[in-house]
Amino acid sequence: MKLDDLYRRVIMDHYKTPRNRGELDEGAVTVHLNNPTCGDRISLQMQIADGIVNDAKFSGEGCSISLASASMMTAAIKGKKLDEALKMADDFSDLMKGETPEFEYEDIEALSGVNKFPARIKCATLAWNAMRKGIEENNK
Amino acid sequence: MNALEIKKLFPILNQEVNGHPLVYLDSAATSQKPIPVIEALQKYYEYDNSNVHRGVHTLGTRATDAYEGAREKLARFIHAKSTQEIIFTRGTTTAINLVAGSYARQVCNPGDEIVITPMEHHSNLIPWQQAAKATGATLKYIPLQSDGSIRLEDAEEVITDNTKVVAMTYVSNVLGVVNPIKEIAEIAHRKGAVISIDGAQSTPHKKVDVQDLDCDFYALSAHKMCGPTGIGALYGKKELLEKMDPIEFGGEMIDFVDLYESTWKELPWKFEGGTPIIAGAVGLGAAIDFLQDIGLDEIEAHEKKLAAYALEKMKEIEDIQIYGPLNNRAGLITFNLGDVHPHDVATVLDSEGVAVRAGHHCCQPLMRWLDVSATARASFYLYNTEEDADRLIDALVKTKEYFGHEIG
Repeated sequence: MKLDDLYRRVIMDHYKTPRNRGELDEGAVTVHLNNPTCGDRISLQMQIADGIVNDAKFSGEGCSISLASASMMTAAIKGKKLDEALKMADDFSDLMKGETPEFEYEDIEALSGVNKFPARIKCATLAWNAMRKGIEENNK
Repeated sequence: MNALEIKKLFPILNQEVNGHPLVYLDSAATSQKPIPVIEALQKYYEYDNSNVHRGVHTLGTRATDAYEGAREKLARFIHAKSTQEIIFTRGTTTAINLVAGSYARQVCNPGDEIVITPMEHHSNLIPWQQAAKATGATLKYIPLQSDGSIRLEDAEEVITDNTKVVAMTYVSNVLGVVNPIKEIAEIAHRKGAVISIDGAQSTPHKKVDVQDLDCDFYALSAHKMCGPTGIGALYGKKELLEKMDPIEFGGEMIDFVDLYESTWKELPWKFEGGTPIIAGAVGLGAAIDFLQDIGLDEIEAHEKKLAAYALEKMKEIEDIQIYGPLNNRAGLITFNLGDVHPHDVATVLDSEGVAVRAGHHCCQPLMRWLDVSATARASFYLYNTEEDADRLIDALVKTKEYFGHEIG
């Protein structure tokens, strides 16, 4: 187990300077999700119109892995169709299982090392679960 | 006591984790188990296993003697007046739920009060929230001082003649605060309330005398005191337990069963429906013998010395935030390392073979009071040594370097 497999430079960059941190105007789909076992919290907002995620921002508290993952996820889904975003969430689950899906937003692949740290997988998946939940609620 | 020699009795501690000898500093979550406890469990299953209180055969007698023998050991260990005052439960949580689910619901009415503190573990908070909701009683909190301790003046004010139950932990699992139970019991009794103590973090580490503390209920878990998981106990004063209705029904706890009515066994069995946790009780008995052979005073002194040693060195680490009082604290240290999230701290420490807890420690209201989302916690027990503390400090310094370098 090597720490550098987990804390890759690109992850630390997203952690230190997160993309899309903040809040959107009213009317955005909003999801609050907790990780009750550890106290991590995310509030994700998505501006969805005509089946496309036009904008996404997040706020909350968490470790480097959960915040970096939220930063990458929001960057990746902007401008994507809802089914494309959901497919990405599936691919991310596969990444956490040790598979090697490819992502158009390549930074995400840096999170593959989380797979070797089972206790941290739920940190990485929090933002993606929030995104999935938000889109599913929007589709209702 | 010689912690190095004691450590050798814990087989699990003799292993490498991530290429380093394991340093286990998470005993406040659960303690490790010594050879005598492991052997007692094995011997029970190899020679004595049977159901209790019903078998006419020899094994049934042996299992019953082992189970009830453990009750006697526990009664002596915490200085209960009799074994009738010791109810075996699944753990501290179940024990507290029995008090909140039976006693509190029987005595509380709208206008009455239940008094707790913001430092409580969820297991000593939610049962009272629920009891208050069910009965219409008001849930009140004794406020915390800036170091996390409580003042008797505040207890005096918050506990009133309308208070029916005061519930609090003896030792905080986050702050390490040791609460003045005996003094608060006196206040509670003077105002006509009972006091229920969460003993999960105190029983493993210090001598407990429930009669001297004059507490009415006292809950504990075996797994934090070198015993197995899945068993704990509720101590209750006999006159209170006698008035309480059982909340679990079934075999074992009955006296006479008719088609439409049933009656209960006498104490303590009326609260122990179903086949009890027999092997667990045997393991708890072995754990009590083990701790008493070493001496609770010696264990407490060792942990205090070790925590003080670690605390002095940790204070020298730049940007470290340590929570809880500096004096009169139990053998655990809750902290945050600058801006590094406790998960990240715990992962780096784990890569150095050092096991600590990170998260909210089942104390979400206390985390909000501390204004943090989570913390890291190192907790010491009788098998930890100064070398373990040094390894923690070294790993913390490495964590700081690692994240300082990566982030800074």
